[in-house]
Amino acid sequence: MSEQGAVSESLSPNQRAWRRFRKNKFASACGVLLLSLLGVILLWPVLSSPTVAKALPGFLSAGLHTPNEHSAELFAPPSGKHWFGTDIHGRDIFSRVIYGTRVSLLVGAVGACVSLVIGVLWGAGAGYLGGRWDAWLMRVVDVLYSLPSIIFVIVLITTLHGALDKLQSAGKLTVTMRDTAKFVGLFVGLGAVSWLTMARIVRGQVLSLRTRQFVDASRALGATHAQILFRHILPNITGIIIVYLMLLVPAIILYESFLSYLGLGIQPPQASLGSLIADGAAQINPIRIYWWLLVFPCSVLVSTLLALNFFGDGLRDAFDPRGDR
Amino acid sequence: MSYFLKRAIFLVPLLLLISLLAFALLKLAPGGPFDKERAPATVEIKRAIEAKYHLDEPWWQQYLRYIGGVLHGDFGPSFKYRNHTVTDIIAQGLPVSVALGGMAFALSLGIGIPLGFWSAARRGEWGDYTGSFLAILAVCVPALVVGPLLVMGLAIQWQLLPVALWTSPAHVILPTLTLGLYFSGRVARLMREGMLTTLHEQYIVTARAKGLNDTTVLLKHALRIAILPVVSYSGPLLADLLTGSFIVENLFQIPGVGVFMVNSSLNRDYPMVIGLVLLYATLLLVLNLLVDVAYSYLDRRVKYE
Repeated sequence: MSEQGAVSESLSPNQRAWRRFRKNKFASACGVLLLSLLGVILLWPVLSSPTVAKALPGFLSAGLHTPNEHSAELFAPPSGKHWFGTDIHGRDIFSRVIYGTRVSLLVGAVGACVSLVIGVLWGAGAGYLGGRWDAWLMRVVDVLYSLPSIIFVIVLITTLHGALDKLQSAGKLTVTMRDTAKFVGLFVGLGAVSWLTMARIVRGQVLSLRTRQFVDASRALGATHAQILFRHILPNITGIIIVYLMLLVPAIILYESFLSYLGLGIQPPQASLGSLIADGAAQINPIRIYWWLLVFPCSVLVSTLLALNFFGDGLRDAFDPRGDR
Repeated sequence: MSYFLKRAIFLVPLLLLISLLAFALLKLAPGGPFDKERAPATVEIKRAIEAKYHLDEPWWQQYLRYIGGVLHGDFGPSFKYRNHTVTDIIAQGLPVSVALGGMAFALSLGIGIPLGFWSAARRGEWGDYTGSFLAILAVCVPALVVGPLLVMGLAIQWQLLPVALWTSPAHVILPTLTLGLYFSGRVARLMREGMLTTLHEQYIVTARAKGLNDTTVLLKHALRIAILPVVSYSGPLLADLLTGSFIVENLFQIPGVGVFMVNSSLNRDYPMVIGLVLLYATLLLVLNLLVDVAYSYLDRRVKYE
């Protein structure tokens, strides 16, 4: 028993943060919610495949559709057959929302990881090298901050789309390859404009860590710069990085929905939550109201963002050394 | 004082650098401003168009010519909207965007500051939970969500407010709400954070120990310092709001400059894009400078070299 006591005494900061996080019931609930959402969007393609759908009870299998399945029922309101109604092509909104959530979460996660890599390398480089290098690297960040990021994204994505369309019409790419490349281009584009704040945060942390004694000690023991940076400094700031990463995911999901509104995000017939909302907004007219086209994608987007934000906030509170907040 | 003067002078080379970057970015990307138009009948006509807009010169010469014009107050012709200069278009659209952005800014501070202040004052009680929840909720409903829902509900279903356009005071309400609501959440969160940090400080403990009542401590002692994060956020926020929002202007058919930022980038209308980039960057840098001035006024402990 006494040994266990000794172990809990020497918990690492990350372990202590994890304990604090689990005490936060609300944030943990949001984590569970996100996990179950992940489960649903991953299971959905399996459930809605014809062979599995037949085996399910009637009320369930009636509502199972695939996102690109056209039907004769255009603009049908929500019913037992189409839980969230249908759109202009008679496609089932429920399955499109599930599919869109998957795409949005994927874009958010991958985009956040791209900006994580750029931001951490840039910020850690500036903070670790210090002096003139630090000044120059951070001036670049300052200048990029004052350029509207939307211009970057538009130029990047339209250039890529133009090049890919040309390659495809010349017969060098199949349609699937082109669409996949556009998808990847979107990730890169989103990540490439969201790394600036990450770079600033990491640089500040590295700057304060690199003068600490344990860094001097490992340098005296003959560690290389890469070893010091990746083995000693970066592990100490993982907490802060993870927290910021979690708050970056909803921000990137929002940015993608904005791009989808411009027609530069996910390309049809693929869908993200943003492009579904944009499609719904395009159907607003004074004669007939198709509320289900807007209300369902909007509420799923808002609840996903809420869960992500609460989860991220919970993580931040858990990692905050001032604890009691 | 000399510190701020030095920074103000430094703005000029910084703006030059930013314009050069934007210019290089647009030049490096393939595709020209006249790609989407019908192909000119002959090579001579194409050459004549290029010569008119000096597109036949090397890019650095084009850039220098452009900067030379800017120094004389001429931002060049728009490639897309023929017969209009960039100055014309901005002069027409900017007042609208500034009016809308200004109101959205007032709305987000007007909701955000009291909400955040109240949450922090009621920390750990139901008031705090409600306030914090509202603030996070606002952060999760961007213009893309609020706008279409408001139009569908208030404008079309219940016909309380006009659907679009920018002509009477009633037309102002929906766009302002759509634009401002999201940022009021951001402001409220910053305000709450600022208050919580400030309330831990020694001078607040001292003020309380002297027996001052809670209201005085919060309003007269804490607020001044606690508002600093909001102050530094409002610089970039105001620059963002005043230069227009694509979604709101597009949704409500408002003739601002926000739509031009997107459309001109899509059309490779270089003079238009760079004009708008310069406008945004100038606003941002000047506002950030003002933020720092305000900082040193609000918190006398802050000293700039």
